[in-house]
Amino acid sequence: MAIKICADVFDPYVEIQDYQNENPGNSGAVGASSIFIGTMRDFNEGDAVKGMTLEYYPGMTEKQLAKIIAEAQQQWPVIDTLVVHRVGDILPGHAIVLVAVWTSHRGDAFDACRFIIDALKSKAPFWKKELLTSEDERWVVANTDGYNRG
Amino acid sequence: MLMSIKVRYFASLKESVGRSEDNLVFTGLSTVIDVWNRANPGRSLPANILAAVNMNYVELDNKVDDGDEVAFFPPVTGG
Repeated sequence: MAIKICADVFDPYVEIQDYQNENPGNSGAVGASSIFIGTMRDFNEGDAVKGMTLEYYPGMTEKQLAKIIAEAQQQWPVIDTLVVHRVGDILPGHAIVLVAVWTSHRGDAFDACRFIIDALKSKAPFWKKELLTSEDERWVVANTDGYNRG
Repeated sequence: MLMSIKVRYFASLKESVGRSEDNLVFTGLSTVIDVWNRANPGRSLPANILAAVNMNYVELDNKVDDGDEVAFFPPVTGG
């Protein structure tokens, strides 16, 4: 299991590849890998967004992520988990978050991956501040339920 | 008893209180809301603000102890 907070741009596909290479012992038992990658949009709530700053609470963020992963491990037979999250200044198209879950069977992989990203969205102390193309700045007030209801 | 409490603020709350932390040394601090009120006299805690003690989420009536780190912040928006 690994949790990484990145202050610089990261490539989620490279992170997955590197993690798998560093943990070759997992490969025999793994039958399913579920990957969620969240990237920054260039729009939000009807406005064009040109950048974002992500603040976090060093120490508490890692602690809450570890707790979320432990809860997932209690509910599903998870073989391994990798969570990577950006902080600092972010541009549209850049990865914000990666959740990778390895299990023996696909149902467990899908469910545990979804549980982790949904719990991260509501419990891990990160905060987004958007910079609009109009040059206005605003804090994101709340995360949505994750569906396009537009 | 004299207690030393570190108070931290994040995100929009940090901007509205105008600082990122306080170091309180006081007597008579017993709960999280006491800490807020002592650190921010005359300013009530905004309704949606979350609190943590030593990096665990707590309710506002949670007890605090000497040496605790108490944090206040708005709903989280990561991911």
